[in-house]
Amino acid sequence: MHAPRRQLVMDERAVERALARMARELVERNDGVAGLSLIGIHRRGIDLAERIADEIERAEGVRPPVGTLDITLYRDDLMAIGPRPVVGETRLPSGGVDGRAVVIVDDVAYTGRTARAAMDELADFGRPARIYLCVLIDRGGRELPIQPDVVGRVVDAAPGERVDVLVPEVDGRLAVELVPAEPPGAEPEPGTAEVP
Amino acid sequence: MIRASTSLGKDLIGLEPLNAEQIRAILDTAEPFKEISERAIKKVPVLRGKTIVNLFFEPSTRTRISFEFAEKRLSADTVNVAVSASSVQKGETLVDTARNLEAMRIDMVVIRHSASGAARFLAERIPSNVINAGDGRHEHPTQALLDMLTIRDRLGRLDGVRVCIVGDILHSRVARSNIWGLTRLGAEVAVCGPPTLLPPGIGELGVHVFSRIEAAIEWAEVLNVLRLQLERMKAGYVPTLREYNRVFGITRERVERAPRDLLILHPGPMNRGVEIDSDVADGPHSVILEQVTNGVAVRMAVLYLLAGGEPEKAESAKHG
Repeated sequence: MHAPRRQLVMDERAVERALARMARELVERNDGVAGLSLIGIHRRGIDLAERIADEIERAEGVRPPVGTLDITLYRDDLMAIGPRPVVGETRLPSGGVDGRAVVIVDDVAYTGRTARAAMDELADFGRPARIYLCVLIDRGGRELPIQPDVVGRVVDAAPGERVDVLVPEVDGRLAVELVPAEPPGAEPEPGTAEVP
Repeated sequence: MIRASTSLGKDLIGLEPLNAEQIRAILDTAEPFKEISERAIKKVPVLRGKTIVNLFFEPSTRTRISFEFAEKRLSADTVNVAVSASSVQKGETLVDTARNLEAMRIDMVVIRHSASGAARFLAERIPSNVINAGDGRHEHPTQALLDMLTIRDRLGRLDGVRVCIVGDILHSRVARSNIWGLTRLGAEVAVCGPPTLLPPGIGELGVHVFSRIEAAIEWAEVLNVLRLQLERMKAGYVPTLREYNRVFGITRERVERAPRDLLILHPGPMNRGVEIDSDVADGPHSVILEQVTNGVAVRMAVLYLLAGGEPEKAESAKHG
């Protein structure tokens, strides 16, 4: 076993503080909660979107509607990969997306391809008044001209490294960890793979 | 993440060669696909640029339409070929027809044929993905999958569920696919029908056999009622349709006398008043229209799981 040593980037308290600030920033940018809807990207973005909605409710007394989006079927590399990834649930926030300020919430911004897919999928559901991109971690490495509007923390990660956001609903705890590049020939760690 | 063992490979010929994990992967994938058909824009770009030929050597309306909806909702380009009326009468063989289609650069073939084994025969000879939409008396895998999805949705499980298939088991590819699929996922399966329409040695497939419908209803949680082909009467398998309805028909009286709430399935098209009465078909126990809805989702799932995909690229693509 050469499991690479995982390095703690943010502990639970740090993530909670970042999410609270991101919630305030979203409300400030939107000039209030009116018209705001959150959409969490399957899987870990969903939990983060719920937490941000909780924070907004705590501060403003109103909880914005939260939906979920699985972008698997909109991936641009879907036909090049196999076996087929499991498709999760897509559920629009109550009130839909037409004319709303929709916040796409994801765990990590990397290549930008997930955000591209999410915007394509949203366009098939309706016409939001505007779309914000909100991520807990921006690790750089963009392959498309897409930048997040609200960021929890910028992490400088090299191409072979991985930034794992852990959420209680999926991983049993709330944290951000940096996984160094795997030594050549080592087996990839099972169960930690995520769509880009 | 679907593990390698759940990969379906190139084709879907039947449920007999599949293991429980593979069947479960199809049913689990069909669940999120249902929601796509509820959207205002019922389309996702998964199969954009793929060409699918629906090659039907036997007349079929609902299976072909269901496949066509599934293909179009995944953004594939589709061509329907009803072969009975065209090339076959000129003496062209199945493989020649398929090779001609391949020469036009297609990606998948959905085939319906009156000969058992036609789908496998084709799959072994062309590089495109082949999906069996019914071959002779052999299998009709997507019908069985949509039946199983409907049962699982309603009862919350398949393991231990008691399903009785009623009617012409002898000629039925639907019955055969259901038996393979259901038993593999742990359901108990029985058949019930006139002795002339039960295949010899059916018990060896691990199913119970009921000769009386009353006993079957006493036992079952689910009845899957098969269509009685009217040709069977002419061929002497059953004396008259009225006689069949009197002895094996699923009537309201029989359903009401059941010891528990039954779930009633029918693959369609129905002969109302023969194998099933209108009271039952349109009644509270019937899930016949849910089957039709689920059929599109199951076929979308199969197309999605089979299309393209090179496993060796999966690892490098995952961390994008």
